[in-house]
Amino acid sequence: MATVAARDTETSLGKTDRRDNWWAGPLATIIVLSGFGIYATFRAVYAQDYELGHGARVNQILPEHAYLLSPFFSPLILLPGMPAWFSPAFLILWAPGGFRLTCYYYRKAYYRAYFGDPPGCAVGEVKSGRYMGETGLFIFQNLHRFFLYVAILFILMLAVDVIHACLWPTTGGGITLGASVGTIVLAVNVVCLSLYTFSCHSLRHLVGGNIDCFSCVAFGQTRHKLWKGVSKLNKNHMLWAWCSLFTVGFADFYVWLVASQTIIDVRLF
Amino acid sequence: MDEQVTLMIYRGDNVQGEMKEYKIPVAPGMVVLDAVHAVQATQAPDLAVRWNCKAGKCGSCGAEVNGRPRLLCMDRMDKYPAGEPIAVKPLKTFPVIKDLATNVSWNYDVNKKIPAFKMRDTKGEEPRFSQEEADRVQEFRKCIECFLCQNVCHVLREHDEKNTFGGPRFFVRTAGLEMHPLDDENRLDLLKDQMGLGYCNITKCCTEVCPESIAITDNAIIPLKERLVDQYYDPLRKLYRILFPAKKT
Ligand code: SF4
Ligand code: SF4
Ligand code: FES
Ligand code: FES
Repeated sequence: MATVAARDTETSLGKTDRRDNWWAGPLATIIVLSGFGIYATFRAVYAQDYELGHGARVNQILPEHAYLLSPFFSPLILLPGMPAWFSPAFLILWAPGGFRLTCYYYRKAYYRAYFGDPPGCAVGEVKSGRYMGETGLFIFQNLHRFFLYVAILFILMLAVDVIHACLWPTTGGGITLGASVGTIVLAVNVVCLSLYTFSCHSLRHLVGGNIDCFSCVAFGQTRHKLWKGVSKLNKNHMLWAWCSLFTVGFADFYVWLVASQTIIDVRLF
Repeated sequence: MDEQVTLMIYRGDNVQGEMKEYKIPVAPGMVVLDAVHAVQATQAPDLAVRWNCKAGKCGSCGAEVNGRPRLLCMDRMDKYPAGEPIAVKPLKTFPVIKDLATNVSWNYDVNKKIPAFKMRDTKGEEPRFSQEEADRVQEFRKCIECFLCQNVCHVLREHDEKNTFGGPRFFVRTAGLEMHPLDDENRLDLLKDQMGLGYCNITKCCTEVCPESIAITDNAIIPLKERLVDQYYDPLRKLYRILFPAKKT
């Protein structure tokens, strides 16, 4: 029974002999990333209910609560003369945004999902003009390591936010240690963001991957251990990428709910 | 034992051909290569299929089963839904010689471009390196040159950049040489200018199909891309190199 006369090597978007649901992964990526992008943009532009508690700088909401700050706005930069429409999140979000945009994992995910380049393995794609890969317009991807440096600083600053979320004002005007669900939410976010950041491919290269002969260089053994450690984390980089995207979005959402007094942040001790 | 399976096998050459239907009895533990051989033995003695070891180690039996690149000898029949025909086609990226046999000689031409291992000057000392240092490059030596990664890579499969792109198999080989603790050759210019490493957009299809489970993208391609960043794209490194020119070791 003949089904083709000529050897069929023509290609078009989505053309494949695969019978599995190869489109499910890219579709999920589009839904989650677009959803997150819309939410983050909305929150940045909305620019309200992003902080609360003792020492809040914009809205003195719940002054008896420890200070909670949304990670979308951390560190909170309020420049003198900043117009009302200019959200402090604009000064922050370029950094984690650029870090994720140039991340080797997200590149794979969005090249497949948004650009269909390719949409799936052994699945046809649209061919428009000369293929340039990451040599043409996308050459900026090579600057990922600079976003990594900034991302490490952000981890430190978000860790400071967790410390603030542990410092509760007392009625006598002092400070006591404590924690609420919000503290846990911020702490889990820092852990997930750290796992994501410290499993970065560029970091893996910089701490030791760039060395061929560990016994020939200064601190070779230490660098080999570091490289091994980052390599171990790196195996699950995709998992950390999604977990941290979820926790950072959730941390902002939680702060929003508490700051808008929609829910009460239960103090644990 | 009476159970029958339908195979649709490509019969033809690089210009024209057709999917022909064959029915054969299935036996327990059968792989697709067994089924193709059964067709060859009973119904189509002129059916061309390349194979050698039947153990997933020679890399010669690569083809596409239901649209996915596979080693025919490692692809069990029982994983395919009973009653549905199984389609077996030659590797799409390479010219068909006949039926399932393709001409993969382009790969050997790419291989010739890669400078061989060049021993570093150990200044009279016995060359040594530790097991830990060997471990990293060991992974790349597992390659059986099945070229499934070359076949699935969209830069070759869809964009046909055979003149400008080396392909994942040869990034693996180059990584094995570049990361070797005793090697002194520099292949970064080659990777950038002749092997088109920048064309790889790290979409990982090569890693997905590798029968030797080599983490091609994570362990070979991305580390090589990072080395290209060190050499060509990192402005701070460039500045450092201008201020403190390297002493050749
Ligand atoms: S990761 Fe790169 S080399 Fe591997 S299949 Fe994708 S584009 Fe090709
Ligand atoms: S890297 Fe893997 S898929 Fe590619 S040729 Fe070698 S064994 Fe085959
Ligand atoms: S590679 Fe993903 S964060 Fe660097
Ligand atoms: S026959 Fe050797 S790998 Fe399949």
